[in-house]
Amino acid sequence: MKFHAVIDVQLHAGIADPQGSTIEKALPTLGFDGISNVRAGKSIHLDIDATDAADAEAQLAEVCDKFLTNSVIEGAEISVVEAATAGAN
Amino acid sequence: MAPTIGVVRFPGTNCEFDTVEAVNALGGQGEILWHGDNSLANSDAVVIAGGFAHGDYLRPGAIARFSPIMQAVTAAANDGMPVVGICNGFQVLTEAGLLPGALQKNAGLKFINDWQMLRVETTNSSLTNAAEVGQELNIPINHFEGNYTCSPETLAELKANDQIVLTYVGNPNGSVGDIAGVCNEQRNVVGLMPHPERASHALLGSTDGNVLMQSILDSVGVTA
Repeated sequence: MKFHAVIDVQLHAGIADPQGSTIEKALPTLGFDGISNVRAGKSIHLDIDATDAADAEAQLAEVCDKFLTNSVIEGAEISVVEAATAGAN
Repeated sequence: MAPTIGVVRFPGTNCEFDTVEAVNALGGQGEILWHGDNSLANSDAVVIAGGFAHGDYLRPGAIARFSPIMQAVTAAANDGMPVVGICNGFQVLTEAGLLPGALQKNAGLKFINDWQMLRVETTNSSLTNAAEVGQELNIPINHFEGNYTCSPETLAELKANDQIVLTYVGNPNGSVGDIAGVCNEQRNVVGLMPHPERASHALLGSTDGNVLMQSILDSVGVTA
């Protein structure tokens, strides 16, 4: 079965995030006040063959561990959905 | 016989010829190694040169570490061959798990291209055996992701094992412990963010990098 997954990669708290900081600094100059703690991560969308959602999640956890994230500086959240619209991302 | 120093070239590497030049000027034999090959040919030591391997996509070094050449580099490193990663090469070695820690974006959030004073912290490594402890070296840095980071436990281990090889005099990028370069426990694998090959001739503004390049040549044949 084919599943669609979205992997949200975020830097750990305390790791420098120039993109997030720059966005945050720009907001008040545009008149948007009261926004803080801006963090800009990565969102990786993909389709994966798996027996069920748990299998897809387990496979992707390994992919994240070995490749998509560097655990020294980043963490990932994996969301798996059945791919009714595979290829439509 | 002049030691042969293999210099790894990935798509996007841009310091390989400077590195070969610096090696040759000291009487070594620099040879380019292609990332798609899985052999180090007749190399006595390996330098992973600076640049932007595979465009730095995903993370610097994240794709490069899966290149065929890295299997050969890893095997040779485990056998004690001197392996030095410069700048992007340092990032590749941390991603490959051959060195502890990781390089995050500079604390000042800017790319830095400048001369930088470094301090030699140990001479017990394949990059510093020809130098002296406390020696200060003027060597350029050229990076965005040069801010060395690791867990407090790892930092304590690095200190306890004398694995901090070079530190910055005046921390330019926020690196923990002012770390500019570290080695593995066996001391044959070393990574550093500064570019010794760019401080290898008076015309470049400094020759302070030569003592580091010479150390790589001198470490050939010495069992780590």
